[in-house]
Amino acid sequence: MTARRIVAVVPAFDEEAAIGAVVSEIAELDPAIDVVVVDDGSSDGTADAAARAGATVVRLPFNLGIGAAVQTGFRWALERDYDVAVRLDGDGQHDAAELPKLLAPLESDEADVVTGSRFREGEDGYRPPLHRRLGITWFARLVSLLSGQRVTDTTSGFQAMNRKGIELFARDYPSDYPEVEATVLVLKHRLRLVEVPVTMREREHGSSSITFLRSVYYAFKVTLALFVAMGRRYAVPSEGAHQ
Amino acid sequence: MTPVRISIAAAVGSVILILIVLELIRGRRLKERYALLWLVTGLVLLVLSAWRGGLNTIAGWLGVSGYPPAILFAAAIMFVIAVLLHYSTVLSKLTDDNVLLAQEVALLRTRLDALEGAATPEVSPTPVERRAG
Repeated sequence: MTARRIVAVVPAFDEEAAIGAVVSEIAELDPAIDVVVVDDGSSDGTADAAARAGATVVRLPFNLGIGAAVQTGFRWALERDYDVAVRLDGDGQHDAAELPKLLAPLESDEADVVTGSRFREGEDGYRPPLHRRLGITWFARLVSLLSGQRVTDTTSGFQAMNRKGIELFARDYPSDYPEVEATVLVLKHRLRLVEVPVTMREREHGSSSITFLRSVYYAFKVTLALFVAMGRRYAVPSEGAHQ
Repeated sequence: MTPVRISIAAAVGSVILILIVLELIRGRRLKERYALLWLVTGLVLLVLSAWRGGLNTIAGWLGVSGYPPAILFAAAIMFVIAVLLHYSTVLSKLTDDNVLLAQEVALLRTRLDALEGAATPEVSPTPVERRAG
């Protein structure tokens, strides 16, 4: 059996300062992992910094938002026939050293999608501020309730997936605040979702895109989207069926 | 009963709306797909304003006793809402298509860059060294 081809999808918007380190960290961990940085219409030197660090850069012609940027990466993974895709954020909060933990359940074929959870027992490196913890808990409870599977961190963008996951996300990935809806999507399509505990870092550069007022808006918008997503009918994706 | 002058004014207004829509279609400035709702709006308003007995009867059904032309306003507003809603769906579709196109262009460009390799100098707003091959 040949080795599986792995691609790391890194969405980045104005992350010139952080992106280089993110790319080289992945390369140091495992040079066999191809890194594709999706530059979501940055106005700074994100694309060049990523390219200098050795990543393949997909430059979106204008800002599409995080969901569509991530989806671009998954479409790349699908087009180039990767077996496994991992998604890490371009701001450096996802530690590449945690990647093996995410890849293990795919390796043993226990999961189609693996999420790095900040709230699985035994890990407490990074504590988000209270209002964000509340939001994260709210969505975790809601999604657990709706789907019947216990999930602890639905807002984590630190994910790895096999071919089935890639096919699903390349076809259909939510737009604005995609992580929670994406979790529901995975469960609705009856893909196997496994959470592994990971530690995340504080952002080193810039600030999180989610401020207090935004998180209120976020909570409403995503809750609404969740119920819409649950009410929708989805076909279970078949092997090789896309676009 | 509706004052005659209101009926005439409303009928004239409806006819003008229909004519403008037809002219826009003729000049290819409006696609038939989007004109349909406008034409229906114009026709319904025309019927309601010309057919005075009908307007009265409908007003009676709906319990509008004092001023039957209110039904004209109600119908007009209803259709404008329908048109706006239709536009929202069109806009959503366009947004989705636009995202898809942007993704496609970006992916193709990346593959093209890889194909051309370092041979051709990159036309980039920031002419720093780019990925070679």
